[in-house]
Amino acid sequence: MRAFRYARATDPGGAAALVAGEPDAVYLGGGTNLVDLMKLGVLRPGLVVDVSRLPYDRIEHLPDGGVLIGGAARGGRIMRDEALRRRYPAVTRALLSGASAQIRTQATVAGNLLQRTRCPYFQNTATPCNKRDPGSGCSAIPGAHRDLGVIGTSEHCVATHPSDLAVALAAYDAVVEVRRPDGAEVLVPIADLHRLPGDTPWIETVLEPGDLVTGVQLPPPPSGAVATYRKVRDRWSFAFATVSVAAVWSADEVALALGGVAPKPWRLTATERMLAGTDPTDDEVRAASRAAFTDARPLPDNAFKIELAADLVAAVLRDLRSTGAGR
Amino acid sequence: MTAGSGLSRLEGRDKVTGAARYAYEYPVEDVLYVCPVGATVASGTVTEVDGTAALADPEVVAVVDHTNAPRLLPAVTADELVFQSPSVAYRGQPVAAVVATTLEAAQEGAAQVLVRYVEHPHRVALDPDDPDLEQPETTNAGFPGTSVKGDVDAALADADVVVDHVYTTPPQHNNPMETVAIIARWDGDRLLLHDSNQGPWAAATGFGMLWGIPPEQVSVVTEHVGGGFGSKVWPTAGAVVASVAARVTGRPCKLMLTRQQMFTMAPARTATRSHLRLGARRDGTMTAIDHDTLQYSSVIHEFVEQTGSATRTMYASDNLRIRHRLARLNLPTPRVMRAPGKTPGMFAVESAMDELAYALGLDPLELRLRNEPSTDPASGLPFDGRHLVDCLQVGADKFGWTARDPTPAARRRGRWLFGTGLASAMYPVYQQGGKATARAEPDGTFHVSVAAVDIGTGARTALWQEAASVLGVRSVVIHIGRSAYGRSSLAGGSAGTASWGGAVRKACAELRRLLAEHGGAVPRDGLEVTADTAADQLPPDKARHSYGAHFCAVRVDADTGQVRVDRLLGVFAHGHALNARTAHSQLLGGMVMGVSMALHEQTVIDPRLGLFVNHDLAQYHIATHADIRGLEAHSLERADDDVTLVGGKGIGELGIVGSAAAVANAVFHATGVRVRDLPITLERVRAA
Repeated sequence: MRAFRYARATDPGGAAALVAGEPDAVYLGGGTNLVDLMKLGVLRPGLVVDVSRLPYDRIEHLPDGGVLIGGAARGGRIMRDEALRRRYPAVTRALLSGASAQIRTQATVAGNLLQRTRCPYFQNTATPCNKRDPGSGCSAIPGAHRDLGVIGTSEHCVATHPSDLAVALAAYDAVVEVRRPDGAEVLVPIADLHRLPGDTPWIETVLEPGDLVTGVQLPPPPSGAVATYRKVRDRWSFAFATVSVAAVWSADEVALALGGVAPKPWRLTATERMLAGTDPTDDEVRAASRAAFTDARPLPDNAFKIELAADLVAAVLRDLRSTGAGR
Repeated sequence: MTAGSGLSRLEGRDKVTGAARYAYEYPVEDVLYVCPVGATVASGTVTEVDGTAALADPEVVAVVDHTNAPRLLPAVTADELVFQSPSVAYRGQPVAAVVATTLEAAQEGAAQVLVRYVEHPHRVALDPDDPDLEQPETTNAGFPGTSVKGDVDAALADADVVVDHVYTTPPQHNNPMETVAIIARWDGDRLLLHDSNQGPWAAATGFGMLWGIPPEQVSVVTEHVGGGFGSKVWPTAGAVVASVAARVTGRPCKLMLTRQQMFTMAPARTATRSHLRLGARRDGTMTAIDHDTLQYSSVIHEFVEQTGSATRTMYASDNLRIRHRLARLNLPTPRVMRAPGKTPGMFAVESAMDELAYALGLDPLELRLRNEPSTDPASGLPFDGRHLVDCLQVGADKFGWTARDPTPAARRRGRWLFGTGLASAMYPVYQQGGKATARAEPDGTFHVSVAAVDIGTGARTALWQEAASVLGVRSVVIHIGRSAYGRSSLAGGSAGTASWGGAVRKACAELRRLLAEHGGAVPRDGLEVTADTAADQLPPDKARHSYGAHFCAVRVDADTGQVRVDRLLGVFAHGHALNARTAHSQLLGGMVMGVSMALHEQTVIDPRLGLFVNHDLAQYHIATHADIRGLEAHSLERADDDVTLVGGKGIGELGIVGSAAAVANAVFHATGVRVRDLPITLERVRAA
């Protein structure tokens, strides 16, 4: 590991001041991904600024029925929030399905959204990777890509975003609060936070240097909505999603977001349009789900994810229907 | 507390409170930290190791490579001969090491070392059509590479029913919690090691061979070990690097492999491919068993997984053919892992038996009963205790097998498909001779020492029980984990506790006789006996194995193909257990490994890069707690299984053998999908 300096920010302005003029500075939240990547030599920051103790750890239920979750809030606490579990079950289920109890307790919301792909080549400095080493080539496309993306990818990168939480937030149309280095607060819809790789896979979000994710706003869930998050993975705990789905379903609309298939939480907008206001059969859900993959770029060993996603969406809507959703 | 009872581990409290000291944790003055550098090509020649950038850090003391390392002599495998030539046989092979005053500096230095190569073409794919496949004469553990009885081809041609399929298992890696760890120090021509291994005497022997010194000149201390599973049986490349660094720098050197380094600097299990053909008459009598196996070794050393060895002894057939072929690939030399040969081979055999049962319309348990041999099928030797049928029948009763409807894919509730499957288990009896010393002190205490090691099996506790039982007192102190206690067995081949226990029993019995000669009074200088069991070994006149049967219940998600093992019940015949609690724990552990192998474990190879891709525990999946439900192990302690010097037969590896097939057979029963390639991933279940 490269030797680095550590500084703890005591207030938001201080955090911005600490990283100003430090091109190899990073913010530290729970450290559950950053520190791993530093040990692997994937990230070699010169300065680590700990922002985990800034006053952004609140969970605030708003009068309009929405909720604000601070960027420094940790997963363990979020899951214990009774109102959140009742009103946004897809969020708390997504959190519960991620990582292990120890990691959830340590990891922050901001760090969760900004965590890096678990593509094995990205994490191995002895192999080419366009995301880690621009222009060196993608090892995954001709190599081991079974766990990687099938849509939104490019010829330069097929990495997936590994978060479960972000998928659920996407289904609720969450908005990310960002504090700019100059103190300005900007709001970024979660759908716009992550960028697709295109020919610049090393640029993963719209954030600029020094930007700090201070929280996530969840709008009130649609009236009468039922929601869930279901994760298909290779073992029953402590594994990233092969495919996961967050579904928020009400009489008039359905929101569907997938994990495990794309470089960002992937909303099935075409599917949503086809299913809104209907009471579809399993086969209709599958057909509508496939329609969202017309632009897919599956690879030989991960093409199964598309049909798996269609089956999973059908299964989840079937389960939600039995709890009184939709109609 | 006497032998056989379920005494809890003597060192349990030390382990859970952190007081137990592992190899890496010994305080050593003036110690240096070592970080190996692995090759980044899969085949080639090192043209330059440029350590300039690394050495610019004042904390970096040395960069070791093939140009400045001392010469080593051949020992167990060529992988241990680190830094002896510029040749690269596989990616990850140590090509250099950075030695520094801090761990961080050593690791950063390793990242800064610039290694240049001439790259050669490489091969890493196991291919049955590879024109260069070898036909080895013998396999690991001394089995014949090829053995033939009768005329298999004619019998297959005449059979009423033939099952003919290929089964594969991927490369798998031992992943003990404690990775390879060592502190090496030279005192003149004496090598002093704190080392994590599966046998201090074997470590002393192996390091002695490498350095050209007798094992008595190598002092190995191995008090506690956080698991081995085969990865620490002989000195690993990683551990040898530390001894080289200590020689080069003249200072104590410590090294602990990272999880990633464990995948290439410690041994693993080869991929296997089993082509099985079973022939039977309509009544279920098997007439032909043909097991053609393929495995790989490295290009620098021949290691042949004994994949077909269990097939030689499981079921009666007048015509039996076992073949082993070997591919030589640019991968680390594979070695032993959790019941070598038996584990991958029995996945194939026990899956094929299930397929034969379906082809015959017979219950799979009945098929096995009808083909129970009266003598060992390959050798013709009589059995020394064989209770496979017993295990199957007791297991069927406990599991509730008899009411089973064999129809596949016929039990659905909601999203779940349910199914059950069974498979047999076996493991050979091994026992090695060795020394143990028992000493009586005038104060009434007894000290018993043996160069055993407790890699988590409970060996220390079981040996204490043996000593206390023979001596008839509780005031016994057991000393293990030092090569200085003399020639002794490995913790391997499920033979450790039986071998060490035999020597302990003998020493204690002789001490007791000596005490009696002294009228029960211990002289001022004490009384001491060293016993050696080298001459007390089992004659090769009988076929000796422990046996077992696994019964598995799974559910499969009909939407996604996800498999969950609801229940795995094993019944095992291993004779007398020295400690019922730790024996039970070992059987359960083996079964967990079987579930893990069935559903999760695989080291993914990137053929283009010659790379083990998923080289950490986030990516190399082993079963988690959530994957293990309804686990039951039952023991049949039949007296005619009491064949070793301590009574029973080996237990350590029995639980894993066959368990993956029980899972696969249950998945077939649930879904109608026969997965013949491990692991049983959801896309393989969905593919049908």
